[in-house]
Amino acid sequence: MKEDIIVKQLKNIVVLFSGDSGDGMQLAGNIFSAVCAILGDDICTFPDYPAEIRAPQGTIGGVSGFKIHAGKDVMTPGDLCNVLVAMNPAALKKMKSFLAPDSIIIIDVDTFTPADLKKAEFVTDNPFEELGITNDVIAAPLSTMCLHSLAKMEDMPNKNKLKCRNIMALGLVCWMFERPLNHAKKMIQEKFASKPEIAEANIRVLQDGYNYGHNVHATVAVRYKIEPRTPQKGLYTEINGNKALAFGLMAAAEKANLELFLGSYPITPATDILHELAKHKSLGVKTVQCEDEISGCCMAIGASYAGSLAVTSTSGPGICLKSEAMNLAIMAELPLVIIDVQRGGPSTGLPTKTEQTDLLQALFGRNGESPMPVLSALTPSDCFDTAYMACKIAIEHMTPVIILSDAFVANGSSIWRIPELKDYPPITPHDVTADMAGKWAPYLRDPQTLVRYRAVPGTEGFCHVIGGLEKDSNTGKISYEPHNHEDMVEKRRTKVELIAQSLPELKVKGSPDADTLIVGWGGTYGHLLEAVTRMNEDGKKVALAHFQWINPLPKNTEEVLRSYKKIIVAELNSGQFAAYLRMKYQNLPYMYQINDIQGQPFVEDTLIEQITHIINEK
Amino acid sequence: MIEEKKLTAEDFSNNVKGRWCAGCGDFGIHSSLKKAMAEIAIPPSKTVIISGIGCSSRMAYHLNGYCFHTIHGRPIAIASGCKIANPDMNVWTICGDGDSMAIGGNHFIHALRRNVDINIVLLNNRIYGLTKGQYSPTSERGFVSKSSPYGTVEDPFRPSELIIGASGEFFARCVATDGPGSVAALIAASRHKGTAVVEVLTNCVTFNNGSFDRIYSKESREENALYLEHGKPMLFGKNKEYGIVQHGFDLKVVKVGEGGYTLKDVLVHDAHCTDRTLHTKLSSLEGPDFPLVLGVIRDVTIPTYEEEVEKQIQEVSAKKNYHNFAELIKTQTTWTIE
Repeated sequence: MKEDIIVKQLKNIVVLFSGDSGDGMQLAGNIFSAVCAILGDDICTFPDYPAEIRAPQGTIGGVSGFKIHAGKDVMTPGDLCNVLVAMNPAALKKMKSFLAPDSIIIIDVDTFTPADLKKAEFVTDNPFEELGITNDVIAAPLSTMCLHSLAKMEDMPNKNKLKCRNIMALGLVCWMFERPLNHAKKMIQEKFASKPEIAEANIRVLQDGYNYGHNVHATVAVRYKIEPRTPQKGLYTEINGNKALAFGLMAAAEKANLELFLGSYPITPATDILHELAKHKSLGVKTVQCEDEISGCCMAIGASYAGSLAVTSTSGPGICLKSEAMNLAIMAELPLVIIDVQRGGPSTGLPTKTEQTDLLQALFGRNGESPMPVLSALTPSDCFDTAYMACKIAIEHMTPVIILSDAFVANGSSIWRIPELKDYPPITPHDVTADMAGKWAPYLRDPQTLVRYRAVPGTEGFCHVIGGLEKDSNTGKISYEPHNHEDMVEKRRTKVELIAQSLPELKVKGSPDADTLIVGWGGTYGHLLEAVTRMNEDGKKVALAHFQWINPLPKNTEEVLRSYKKIIVAELNSGQFAAYLRMKYQNLPYMYQINDIQGQPFVEDTLIEQITHIINEK
Repeated sequence: MIEEKKLTAEDFSNNVKGRWCAGCGDFGIHSSLKKAMAEIAIPPSKTVIISGIGCSSRMAYHLNGYCFHTIHGRPIAIASGCKIANPDMNVWTICGDGDSMAIGGNHFIHALRRNVDINIVLLNNRIYGLTKGQYSPTSERGFVSKSSPYGTVEDPFRPSELIIGASGEFFARCVATDGPGSVAALIAASRHKGTAVVEVLTNCVTFNNGSFDRIYSKESREENALYLEHGKPMLFGKNKEYGIVQHGFDLKVVKVGEGGYTLKDVLVHDAHCTDRTLHTKLSSLEGPDFPLVLGVIRDVTIPTYEEEVEKQIQEVSAKKNYHNFAELIKTQTTWTIE
């Protein structure tokens, strides 16, 4: 290494890989994040890809990005990046907003031809000047380098050699961040195990990309060092939200000693849950790709009735279709886990983007009075616990439960300290016992919890009828009797409210003597916590109450909210949780709102600005 | 599966009286179902009855077993999930022409395509009864109802064409007033491994009375219905004097012994033939030139969906080295921090 190089020591770093959706940015990003994680960093990643499978090559609509935040106490994929990799002019244009003044840009200079610039709708021949970018640029001829690097692999067509550009860029990035290549090489070996030639080519360009940095670094004299950290001991892996949900479901099924059944219909961004569970037949998991969303929910209801741990997974539009069947599960009081990986709406909306706009739909989007437990996933790895808890509540309380995840949590990944199942609470189905035969009726309940007892088909002595019509609370026969209906409505509501008794209380984070409380729920946890932590570090007194459970709310919610002078509810919608809290609790302290509905996660700097403004000005 | 004590129709009765209109065909099929279930000899505790919405679906309240009265159009999807989750149950679906042909048409065709081993009893009265008299997808063109005061301007589905077209491997047809014929069809459907549909023609006395007059009484059936039996010649008429013969690319009714036609010319029914052509043709025959075909028209065995699911689980389990959560974790890329 030359001596004139500056090494910047940072607590954490953000790298954004961007290029055409066919350029392999997700792969390069995934490998880089895994390498960082293995080296002991906290990581959080977020892929941003277009809804179209292949938008016209080289256009802004076809740009795909993958952001990695690595370092200490990382909770979000970060806002602005230290390094932007832009594989073509369109990527540069699209990702410009993520540049900080001292960000370094790596481009493949071979793709900055007049034709490429035109495709990206540049009007001059200097894209940097046109965009007003004054950052340092490493203009590496990545395409030419690939061809040189692989010149000896004569049988490989040039087209395929050029496909290694992403890994060439990765090699260069690894050099910049002092990441040794051994882990990346191992991952490439595994990824292309069945195609040794491609594995060899990628490993070669990875090394050459690294060497390029080493040899020509004088052009940009910055290298980064991430502060080492001392993470908690344990076994770790990197996991995204959808996979963590799938793992949580499998863990719950094993713990409950039930077969896991998933009824689903493909829908972005929830489909990966189906993909993941479909793989694990050796755990006895049954997955059915159904003919439609309604069938996905109905098949799961049938499986639940037959005694399985039944799940249906979808996104917002699918919830619209499933809602009638979800109400049947409420009426028949059958366990069912419904996963809604929220995306931008309404209608088809923004299929690949994130929002928190299904909250009120989850709570109230069904006919009649139809209370259903709703809980939300906070981070990618938290999805495991969320799924586990949802299954436990569904099975033990004989009720459908909705999990609200979102595109950000589903596709983003973080490192996960793998737990041991023995540390998780037991899950016990609320089934009839043999001594109940003759005295039992379908809607007789445990007096404490109001949970009815399930009799699974095949159990001798418990033949019965249940269904969507209102039933007599004692006999289980059809009843249109006015007082009975009111009584049953009340019981269904109270049953869900009583779940709060077994839920953890709300814990506030941040300054203990703050006057202002930030309130959030679900997938914005990382952004809100980082914002509050940064403000606390700056001496500003704010606290955070972040909700996992939406219905029922934790027992101490009202008490917590009333102990602050100002409440700021921050969410990725127009104020749904704020409206819900106002409905639940009268005369709360004045509630301010921060609402972003751009299909994107919060931006931390903006959040801090908004919070500061509310504290100071209002 | 057979219990020591012989089951009777009473074992499948829950002593709740049917609430259909006096003279409704559903009373008849209720009685036939109980008799068939007794004959099938699977106990009530292993008998699952899942119904949709409509007059016919009220059947779930009048049977002893594990009964689930669900929502409109969806009983087949719910029954499929139930059977896939627990293949040991004998799963029945009771639905009407609205449930199966209209709002739940998608589930109907896809259940047949998958071949989940459920028995679908399709009570076809060609009318929406519970909503008090609108035309259904099986009502004839021009049918006058409350929602079509000037007659419909659309053609009906023939359930049989939809069933066989969706690669259904079992189809039987019976008439609600024909006890023995219904019991036989229901038993055959239950014994068939795979999705089985029994179309029951049932007269709605209140909103569509007389729709099936041509075959509703015993006498009319002798004249106008052809009872198919596997391996038997296709003969009908009071004295079995008429037969079905092939005529070019079509079928034709002949009087045996006349016009040079002998018993040898009469087609012999083959319910197990994998080719669908003749089954489709036979099930779409109707008056006035042809008899209406009753009995088991198609009964072909292929692997069921849930058997294949179980088989795949066995095969994959034998190949993979992980069978529980702890072992699953070991297949992931992990690292340990000491």
